[in-house]
Amino acid sequence: MDALLELLKKNARESDATLAKLLGISEQEVRARIAAYEEEGVIRGYQALLNTDRLDTCGVKAVIELRVRPEREGGFDRVAARIGKFPQVESMYLMSGAYDLLLIVKGASLQEVANFVSARLAPLDGVLSTSTHFMLKTYKDQGVLMESESHDDRLQVCP
Amino acid sequence: MTTDSKSAPDFVAPHVRGLPKSGIRDFFDIVVGRKDVISLGIGEPDFQTPWHIRERTIEAVERGATRYTSNLGTPELRQALAAYMRDSFHAEYDWQHEILVTVGVSEAFDLAMRAVLSPGDEVLYHEPCFVAYAPLIRMAHGVPVPVETFRKDDFRLTVEELEKKITPRTRVLLLNFPNNPTGATLDRSDTEALADFAIRHNLLVVSDEVYSELTYEGGRHSMAAIPRLRDRLIFLNGFSKAWSMTGFRLGYACAPAPLIDAMMKIHQYGMMCASSISQTAGLEALRHGDAAIAEMRDAYHLRRNFIVASLNEMGLDCFMPRGAFYVFPSIQSTGLSSKEFALRLLNECNVACVPGEAFGACGEGFLRCSYATGMTQLKEAMERMEKFVSALVH
Repeated sequence: MDALLELLKKNARESDATLAKLLGISEQEVRARIAAYEEEGVIRGYQALLNTDRLDTCGVKAVIELRVRPEREGGFDRVAARIGKFPQVESMYLMSGAYDLLLIVKGASLQEVANFVSARLAPLDGVLSTSTHFMLKTYKDQGVLMESESHDDRLQVCP
Repeated sequence: MTTDSKSAPDFVAPHVRGLPKSGIRDFFDIVVGRKDVISLGIGEPDFQTPWHIRERTIEAVERGATRYTSNLGTPELRQALAAYMRDSFHAEYDWQHEILVTVGVSEAFDLAMRAVLSPGDEVLYHEPCFVAYAPLIRMAHGVPVPVETFRKDDFRLTVEELEKKITPRTRVLLLNFPNNPTGATLDRSDTEALADFAIRHNLLVVSDEVYSELTYEGGRHSMAAIPRLRDRLIFLNGFSKAWSMTGFRLGYACAPAPLIDAMMKIHQYGMMCASSISQTAGLEALRHGDAAIAEMRDAYHLRRNFIVASLNEMGLDCFMPRGAFYVFPSIQSTGLSSKEFALRLLNECNVACVPGEAFGACGEGFLRCSYATGMTQLKEAMERMEKFVSALVH
């Protein structure tokens, strides 16, 4: 991957000036390349990575496995597009193996997510079955550990 | 109970009493315990040891691999080291007779000096340099002979400077590239010229290449890659910097059998063997650690770009080093001495760097800044330094 994208994936808030120094290019070039990535749709957005377990607003998340009947034209894409429009669906992937779509769904409570599955997802034309697993705790997300390893305990000055 | 130091007998040997304390140690005493200090004074990687290495270490302890090993090191590790030398430098070393596993490169260097020096033998070494060389040469009853390197040469060691210091007693040429504290590296033409110099004067070359995996441009040019030097080279390397394994204390020496044999004699009586646990960790690093090195090297590379650009921007002349994780900016434009600059930077801005003179007299006028520090601290340190320097100049 382009070093600029690697840096933005690690810290999307890095300033253009710092990115320019890190990469040995000008700030204008940094801005132009980011703009191009946004234009091409490579960069789809910038979000804070939260440890929601630390927040009072305790919503719930569930992983939902969906078995879906593919359509003659278009395979899974059409049903996936329909499901993806629900704001409750945070992520969705087409999978190999025992089921077809893997969804990460969020809601305010267990009940809310359960209702969403039974009232909105399961009845959809083409959905054969659902299997819902509630998430209990986040240990690692997007490559980031939610509890950092021990702080820097190196000697402050050494040869 | 206290002892009256005046009447107490002095058992310390004169040659040890005469050793100066490390200038870094002095500075450490000033910094230690202070809060809110961002330290660019640290000569060890900031990355955690890669998890797969730590995990394998735990597994070794569980398995009970906690016994003495062969004095030379475990056969598996020495075989892996022989393969590493072949792959990295096209250098062939017989794992049974030509490789010795040591407790860090420091022990390997100490063994080399004690194995080859007779009292009064002179060792040519370049300054600015790692603080341990001259004292270890002295403790082996040798005479350290410093050779200056200069900013105008990007701190490369030149044969021209070496020729000025050669005498009939010169026995060893000591090299450390990529260099601590300057980050300087050697090109192929440099290593060739140094090899010719060593052969011309019948010198043994001891090359400490512990930073060699951290080379960013221009390729790695090892003394071990020069076949005609093989009979007169002790190659030293270790795991500390490449795999962020400083606390494992693991290094090694590659040299012709008679030299390894001599070093091993001292090692077997003084140390017995390197830690069996660390040797298992080292084997894991060699077998599966390439990706971890690449990831850390890439991070250092970008930080180096950042810190060099920042220092030059604030008016501290700094050449672009190609290796290690240090930059060595000149602070001469501020009119302060290295020590004054470092002390004031610490006291007024809470940023710790090591004054260049700690690495030899010719380091005066320079500062060692380590970029083995996370980007957040590095950015903050550069901002504080920028303010400090601009207040000095205006």
